Amino acid sequence: MSTLVLLTMTGLGLGALYFLVASGLSLIFGLMDVLNFAHGALLSIGAYGTWWAASGNLPGAGPGGAGFVLAVLFGTAVGTAAAVLLELAVVRPLYTRPREQVLATVGVGLAVPALLSGIWGSDAHPFPGPEALSGTFGLLGAQVPVNRVVLVGAAVVVLVALRLFLGRTRHGLVVRAGVEDRAMVTALGIDVRRAFTLVFAIGGCAAALGGALGGLYFGSVDPRQGTSLLIFAFVVVVTGGMGSVTGAAVASVVIGLVQQLANYYTAAGLGDLAVVVLLAVLLLIRPRGLTGRLA
Amino acid sequence: MSTATDTPDRTAGRPATAQAPAGRARLLRWWPAAVLLVLVVAPFSAVPVPGLLDGPLGSAGSLQLLATCLLFGALATGYDLLLGRTGLLSFGHALYFAAGSYATNLFLLEAGLPFALATVLGMLFGIALALALGSVSLRVTGIGFSMVTLAFAQAGSILVSRNPGGVTGGEEGRAAPSDLLPSSLVGIDNTANLYWIALAYLVLTLGVVHWAVRSPTGRVWEGIKENERRVEVLGLKPYGFKLTAFVVAGGLAALGGIVHLLLTGGSTPQTTTSDFTLSLLVMVVLGGSGTRWGPMAGGILYTWADHRLGDLAGSGAVADLPAVLRVPLSQPLFLLGVLFVAVVHLLPGGLARLPSRLRAASNRKETVVS
Repeated sequence: MSTLVLLTMTGLGLGALYFLVASGLSLIFGLMDVLNFAHGALLSIGAYGTWWAASGNLPGAGPGGAGFVLAVLFGTAVGTAAAVLLELAVVRPLYTRPREQVLATVGVGLAVPALLSGIWGSDAHPFPGPEALSGTFGLLGAQVPVNRVVLVGAAVVVLVALRLFLGRTRHGLVVRAGVEDRAMVTALGIDVRRAFTLVFAIGGCAAALGGALGGLYFGSVDPRQGTSLLIFAFVVVVTGGMGSVTGAAVASVVIGLVQQLANYYTAAGLGDLAVVVLLAVLLLIRPRGLTGRLA
Repeated sequence: MSTATDTPDRTAGRPATAQAPAGRARLLRWWPAAVLLVLVVAPFSAVPVPGLLDGPLGSAGSLQLLATCLLFGALATGYDLLLGRTGLLSFGHALYFAAGSYATNLFLLEAGLPFALATVLGMLFGIALALALGSVSLRVTGIGFSMVTLAFAQAGSILVSRNPGGVTGGEEGRAAPSDLLPSSLVGIDNTANLYWIALAYLVLTLGVVHWAVRSPTGRVWEGIKENERRVEVLGLKPYGFKLTAFVVAGGLAALGGIVHLLLTGGSTPQTTTSDFTLSLLVMVVLGGSGTRWGPMAGGILYTWADHRLGDLAGSGAVADLPAVLRVPLSQPLFLLGVLFVAVVHLLPGGLARLPSRLRAASNRKETVVS
């Protein structure tokens, strides 16, 4: 029983991490038809920004207490800025050529991890975190690491914030309408391109937060982390239906749990396999994903 | 008005070329044969190529690098059969390459089969895998297809790195058994033979792709790339045609995997990763997708740059630079990534489009002057 609780919490933590990456990815794809291959790089930027700040390089930030919160905020801000820069400098000039937009993000996705490993080396660095978050707590007889709960909490906050933003604000309305039918929104005289920068900023913010908290989950940062998470985030996006934030939330919980449970109860590595096979099967039965959105 | 003169200029330039000696024009058409001849005799030459290669042309190190360049030129050409000719964006091409390499290696190592039989079986395994997975993944279109191919390739990559039953060697890969390979393909003295094999593979790939895109099937591929629905309206089923392209490209990749196995003396898990497929994508786009020579040029340039930029990073000239310049210059992947983004932005159509763009630019300048 205690093993099952631990596995479930770890699976939920992993799912939360996937959601933080996949929500932005899903919105960007839904609105702009751009599969952002640089999203893993944004996560890495957030992780490295937090690590850099928490290692004592940023005045006021540190590995414990309020200093760590400041470090996470700093990493998230850097990731958001990088996402906005990416949209303005790389994606926007290729507005009329959707396929080239994807290719350009592939180039950025190759260059950024290489740059990170050029500056800080290709080895993993231990991630400093507050004492309070590195411990465990008892839940139904299991000792669950606290950072899992932090991740799940952050993902829930992001989900609620995104739902409120999409459902209650005017910008959210434009984004939702753009996901449904971009041409129609443009025809109504609304500049959708401003929403493009906005979804990139939101996506980058969520991914960078994922990177900052992922450092706690993995206990270390390395340049390849973002790319390996990105593939599973793609699986989540496709499974959940592209452009749907709620779908991404459901899919990330399912994928995270399946992966953890299968990895433990069958051979190690089989969970990762099971997830991609699940995706293939799902796409064949329901080519439009769980929520029935256009894929 | 200068922008509108592009097409008239080209027709105006035509009589000038027609007046040029017909013999020269005919000779110019044979430049690929001349290049091929130079490449075939390259191992016998000891000409130093300063800057481009470390040692003289015929030295083992240079031949190894050249052979790798030719191999990736061919791989990119085969990949473009999907991307540039049929319009299929596959993210799982590495799988078929790795399948050829690993299957052949395992037939040699585990089953103890003779070399010729193992290569044939390895190739057949690659084709069968492409047929099986292609028939599944082509049931979805667009970005869904890209995702399913990525998922399958990722599954393959995980499988290889988890080392089931100790057969794939996990992270370290597996060295090919030198005692089971023909002695003429083993050892540093026989690099020339491997070089010729890579060259033959390149010629074969170019031939197959050239022949295939000119066949009736190739015409349909072009139609699918332009507008799949219209092909359907014409009464043709795109599925079978796309599957053909997928299997042909997969088979070529599997053969490339076997050449890679011989060239590097083993199978490495790096060839199974999605990064490997992405590097193929970069090569094709760099050179020019959908053109005859572009993907090959892109593959050769990328591979060469990847190797030589690594040497550049270790050289004294870079080590003395301030950190702001040294750090980016020491990362070949960073430079290639930036170059790729620049090509996508500034040079749509890749390097293959460069000559015609330069010509158009100079023509435009002439019109302005006159």
